[in-house]
Amino acid sequence: MADLPNTPKLDELEKGKWPSFVKEIKMAAKKSPMAADLLGQLEQSYNEKIGHWKHGGIVGVMGYGGGVIGRYSDLPDKWPNISHFHTMRINQPAGWFYTSEALRKICDIWEKRGSGLTNMHGSTGDIILLGTTTDQLEPTFSDLQNINFDIGGSGSDLRTPSCCCGMARCEWACYDTMALTYDLTMHYQDELHRPAFPYKFKFKMAGCPNDCVASIARSDLSIIGIWRDEIQMDKAAVKEYADKGMDIQHDVVDRCPGKCMEWDGKELKIENSYCKKCMHCINVMPKALRPGKDRGACLLLGSKAPIIEGAMLSSVIVPFVKLEPPYDDIKELIDNIWDVWCEEGKNRERVGEFIQRVGMGNFLDAIGLEPVAEMVAHPRENPYVFYGEDEE
Amino acid sequence: MAKTKEDVVEAMFKMVKEAQGQKKLKPMDLTKAMIELYGDEGVDKQMCKDAIKELINSGRCVYTYYGGSYIEIPHQEGAAN
Ligand code: HEM
Ligand code: HEM
Ligand code: SF4
Ligand code: SF4
Repeated sequence: MADLPNTPKLDELEKGKWPSFVKEIKMAAKKSPMAADLLGQLEQSYNEKIGHWKHGGIVGVMGYGGGVIGRYSDLPDKWPNISHFHTMRINQPAGWFYTSEALRKICDIWEKRGSGLTNMHGSTGDIILLGTTTDQLEPTFSDLQNINFDIGGSGSDLRTPSCCCGMARCEWACYDTMALTYDLTMHYQDELHRPAFPYKFKFKMAGCPNDCVASIARSDLSIIGIWRDEIQMDKAAVKEYADKGMDIQHDVVDRCPGKCMEWDGKELKIENSYCKKCMHCINVMPKALRPGKDRGACLLLGSKAPIIEGAMLSSVIVPFVKLEPPYDDIKELIDNIWDVWCEEGKNRERVGEFIQRVGMGNFLDAIGLEPVAEMVAHPRENPYVFYGEDEE
Repeated sequence: MAKTKEDVVEAMFKMVKEAQGQKKLKPMDLTKAMIELYGDEGVDKQMCKDAIKELINSGRCVYTYYGGSYIEIPHQEGAAN
């Protein structure tokens, strides 16, 4: 190995049976001077307990306002190879399906144009390409376009839409998450590349309430698959579980948050009108139970990670909607939400905080939705029932 | 008299140029200001959106990011030194 910087603290992180980012960066450093300097600066930061990165605000590619995150070392003389170390977010295919050929091409581009270090995938869902210089941004962009990849979102724009693998692999998907993700990505290209919002806005699509993409905690608009008829049951398969020793009373019925299941030792009954669609029983007995046939999605609005205010989860805004192309009703709702938030939202105010500030009642009024019982986030909270002057 | 997209492009560019170094403007600040000034003369949100697209695509302005996204005249940033 060429002369890598001396990094006793980082070396500790190579020990153990688990994957190690230090190992990976060292491997990249065989070819990449950027990766070698990165190790050196990180060791220095561990010793001094201070970060040595500066934020850039202006770097990007022509015409786009998002997808490139500017970073510079504040020790460029000591670590010259990482004096620029910009990150690029690349729009991932829906559900993260690639051919190995496509992955090789991305890696080849990045070894040529950047540090060679990648993060598959970032919490936004994008492919993250870590570390390049300002003069390599445009060439990287055009190389990526030649293999049909585009840059993703960053800044005050629509972030790259992201979804679970849905119908491609999962029998529980209540709608085609990948189709919707692709459709919204293409429909909202301007919003993705040309930041015009008060702050970031994320969509995440999950095919069922298991919510494998954690949309309820990580997206402003969480689109979660759901059914509105009865859980499908195969009675013989229920019996088979019981015969094989599953304690249905304890493991399934007693843990149902809707308290809507009954088991008499022979037959399982579900009072579906009380079902909270939590997926628990289906997860425990996948051969016997499955989501109903009348499927669609529940739309929830407002989650975000803590920055100024604390963390928030999304809460229900549309209890059930059929999700079929061309998805016009959901697009109309999205446009209305953006209109109101863009007009009235403060700088760096997420839509969830905006709703907290103006009140759910006023917000629903502005986007033209009728309040319904499912919107109550917690019992005994304002149920959004309003009486006009003339009704009193 | 009805304003055209080109009028809005010029008016926005002037605003950005005058604000440079004083105040950072967001796309919505430009849009609101244009509608306030020329709303009676046919300027609406869509025209402003198209005008911003024109400003950016021509390279006369660029998007920048300082916590939120802004529109500015291209320049060398301090952090790059
Ligand atoms: C005219 C007679 C009554 C009126 C107007 C009345 C009104 C109310 C109201 C407004 C609530 C709050 C509901 C909520 O926001 O969650 C409530 C809750 C409650 N009331 Fe009554 N109530 C009456 C009689 C009674 C009686 C006779 C009992 C008991 C013997 C009782 C026991 C309760 C209990 C236990 C709750 C809490 C229920 C919960 O868990 O949410 N109430 N009542
Ligand atoms: C001057 C008389 C009273 C005052 C000022 C008063 C005040 C209150 C207040 C402030 C609450 C909490 C409401 C909330 O959850 O936000 C409450 C709850 C309650 N009060 Fe009273 N109360 C009075 C008389 C009574 C009487 C006479 C009864 C029953 C006979 C009663 C039964 C209840 C019950 C059951 C709840 C709980 C409701 C719930 O769980 O949501 N209260 N009361
Ligand atoms: S969220 Fe539901 S549908 Fe999507 S992969 Fe997970 S379990 Fe399957
Ligand atoms: S999905 Fe959840 S709430 Fe519904 S019946 Fe099963 S365990 Fe109960």
